[in-house]
Amino acid sequence: MKLTVNGTSHEVDVEDDMPLLWVLRDELGITGVKYGCGIAQCGACTVHVDGMAVRSCQLAAADVDGEITTIEGLGTPEALHAVQAAWIEHQVAQCGYCQSGQIMQAASFLDGTTAPTDDQIDEAMRGNLCRCGTYPRIRAAIKTAAAKLQGA
Amino acid sequence: MGRVKTIARRSFLIGSAAILGGVAFGTYLVKRDPANPLASDAAAGEAVFNPWVKINADGITLVTPHTDLGQGAASMQAMLIAEELDVDMDQITTTPGVPAGAYYNTALAAEAVPFRSNDDSFAAEAMRSTMGAVMKVFGAQVTGGSTSVPDSFDKLRMAGAVARETLKAAASAETGIDVQLLKTQSGAVILPDGTRMYYTDLAAAAADLEPVTDVTLRDPSQWRLIGKPLERLDIVAKSTGTQTFGIDLKVDGMVHASVRMNPRKGARMLGFDASAAEEMRGVSQIIGLPYGVAVIADNTWRAFQALDVIDYDWNVAPYPAEQSDHWAAVVASFTPDRLDKEWRHDGDVDAALNSAEVFEAEYRAPYVAHQPLEPLGAIAQFTPERVDIWVSHQLPGFAQQRIGKRLDMQTDQIHLHNQYAGGSFGHRLEFDNIDVAVDIAREVPGTPVKLTFSREEDFAQDYNRQIGMARGRGAHANGQITALDLDIATVSASRSQSGRLGAPVPGPDTQIAAGAWNMRYAVPDLRVRAYAVPELAPTSSWRSVGASTAGFFAESFVDELIHAAGADPMAERLRLVNDDDARRVLEAVAEMSNWGAPLGAGQGRGVALVTSFGVPVAEVVAVTATDAGIKIDRVWVAAEVGRVVDPVTFENQVMGGVVWGLGHAMNSEITYADGRAVQDNYHLSEGMRIHQCPVIEVRALENNPAIRGIGEPPVPPAAPALANAIFAATGVRLREMPFFKTVDFV
Repeated sequence: MKLTVNGTSHEVDVEDDMPLLWVLRDELGITGVKYGCGIAQCGACTVHVDGMAVRSCQLAAADVDGEITTIEGLGTPEALHAVQAAWIEHQVAQCGYCQSGQIMQAASFLDGTTAPTDDQIDEAMRGNLCRCGTYPRIRAAIKTAAAKLQGA
Repeated sequence: MGRVKTIARRSFLIGSAAILGGVAFGTYLVKRDPANPLASDAAAGEAVFNPWVKINADGITLVTPHTDLGQGAASMQAMLIAEELDVDMDQITTTPGVPAGAYYNTALAAEAVPFRSNDDSFAAEAMRSTMGAVMKVFGAQVTGGSTSVPDSFDKLRMAGAVARETLKAAASAETGIDVQLLKTQSGAVILPDGTRMYYTDLAAAAADLEPVTDVTLRDPSQWRLIGKPLERLDIVAKSTGTQTFGIDLKVDGMVHASVRMNPRKGARMLGFDASAAEEMRGVSQIIGLPYGVAVIADNTWRAFQALDVIDYDWNVAPYPAEQSDHWAAVVASFTPDRLDKEWRHDGDVDAALNSAEVFEAEYRAPYVAHQPLEPLGAIAQFTPERVDIWVSHQLPGFAQQRIGKRLDMQTDQIHLHNQYAGGSFGHRLEFDNIDVAVDIAREVPGTPVKLTFSREEDFAQDYNRQIGMARGRGAHANGQITALDLDIATVSASRSQSGRLGAPVPGPDTQIAAGAWNMRYAVPDLRVRAYAVPELAPTSSWRSVGASTAGFFAESFVDELIHAAGADPMAERLRLVNDDDARRVLEAVAEMSNWGAPLGAGQGRGVALVTSFGVPVAEVVAVTATDAGIKIDRVWVAAEVGRVVDPVTFENQVMGGVVWGLGHAMNSEITYADGRAVQDNYHLSEGMRIHQCPVIEVRALENNPAIRGIGEPPVPPAAPALANAIFAATGVRLREMPFFKTVDFV
């Protein structure tokens, strides 16, 4: 089957029910997307399909209907997305393992919300688990990113 | 430390060697520093000044042997070297290096001795020194016990200073200019006329010199980096998906694998039927092992799928099958024969309680899983001559020895490449992932095998936090606590863990009553006793170890006694406190939280003070009881750490510790049924999510001359401060974690 990831088209030969997560990681070698729980409880595997945040561990390869963006396609160290820039400015990451998913979730959330309140942030981000406890910085970084996106 | 005492400490070493495990060694061995691991493969023109600094024409490499588990250890270690070396943080590369005796952890040894951290008596100092000597001889490279900063602070600055002075000596030899006239800055020696001689250009000359070791560390007033906000070296990579964790690493020719071990932890497998898995797509090998089955496949998911269709015949658990029997064993352990140690007895508690109205309460703390978000795994490649393993581990040297023994090979044939970890919290002190990876790899010699645990497997095989109980008896008079007697019974995580290491720790377990017996309160009659529950399910170190349970017991019971006495929880603690550091952290959170200001309907504040790893931490939690449940509004934290190396990482670690302590106290436990852990993924053991996270305000106090680590100490006060706040708001006293069993949280 054919998948478009970060603007590049890939032909993959996998079972229909292989989760997108494992197509990306083990078939295509795209490892910014993380395996955390496999049951949509942690959000580490969050990617965008046509801009919408989805849990790639729950999306079967055959059901992908749109262009996939992973953290690597959101922005790069040389050309950061506003959310990534805010994550760096606030030094959010500790171990960093959940942060790809957090950033992808936040970027999708801010696509539709311009000036988020704490309650809105909590509601949008509560599916993304961080075992290191970076939540206070995630809230601050999302507000900074929202302001940057507004000014852009 | 005075001169006389130093000499006395050295002579003490010989006499006490036999006490520590019966191992005899002389001071000569202690004085002989382990070889510099960088020297063995140093290339021509490459200067290896010491085990931490390597410079050649291509660049400056700093070795950061404390494993980076997300706590920022790599950046912190590099910063300490860079401070004295006079390099900028963007001029260096870092590497965890190879496991080596040179990287032994002296600070951990200091924490392993059974003296209060503020005990500067000769006996305490002598024991710390002796333990340091033991660790040095055994070459124990350990990341744990909140010791990365205290272990590194002097050593790594010295490493940087030695390299700097040697480079200056090389520049002096080359130019003929007196070394006193040379300066250093941004990776270069600066000549009096302003000419810059770059370290990378001086390396070849410096390599031929004996390192200059007569150096003096700079006064704090001269520091450029220490104490100032540092941009972590990994922050861009971790914000762009470009950080390679162990699970992301690729090795040429690598295959994927996963494992299913007996979920009755530690028991063997009696048999299995893999016929349904044999023809599955991508499955190349199914390997029966004494403890379970491993599947090698061309994709991790395919290995998971295959493991799911195999029939397993598991043996019974080597511990009680049902949770109620675990609790029964704990309840039955408050007996004289289980007394591990009476840690403290001030006054005469029995006499005091015989003549008073006694207040009693009982507390419980469950098993809790570690479950960092990166699951366990490892890449292993076996050949008869050499084994390579890529993994993140807190005990890399022990791991190499262990693999060597497992394969009947020499330790120097085992090469462990330490990786960045997606969290640990104590999880990566254990060896299951390494054992399994090696067992699989030896079945396919020459082929690198990447092992990944499923989340369910990771939960099933976790070595959880100790389960335990406490019984408190106390008395009060005239609005003051007068007597306090606390008996604590937990399984010994230290013995469980050190037993698996093959290095049993002699003497009492310092962790069972940690955070309780050393409470910095002067109560006229005060006793704390630790009872060791016989081993049940295996347990291990969980962020803050013993203090995570004993701190909850102690500060809950103190709070209950204060309320029974009709006193104010903050005022009475301030009256009882017997130590300046502890008093100051209490005063700080009282001020930060505006303690005593009127509260709205349904609101309550709670305070707790626990000292662990030498760090007194006070926390105030404010909650509101809403119709939907308890909402945690705000937390104020103050900690005395001697000196903050990097304020950003410090604040992150404190906030993370508070979230860890609160989240697990509220929401998490592991229970056993049919010999298996019931909770097998995050929906049943989730810690804290963002919507439950309060605003957290952090203050560092820097009064004590001893520098301390901050990874663990913020954890223990969080649970009792929350329980105390909920009592203040609702009148409901929470005596058992997790609290969700008693109250709802929004």
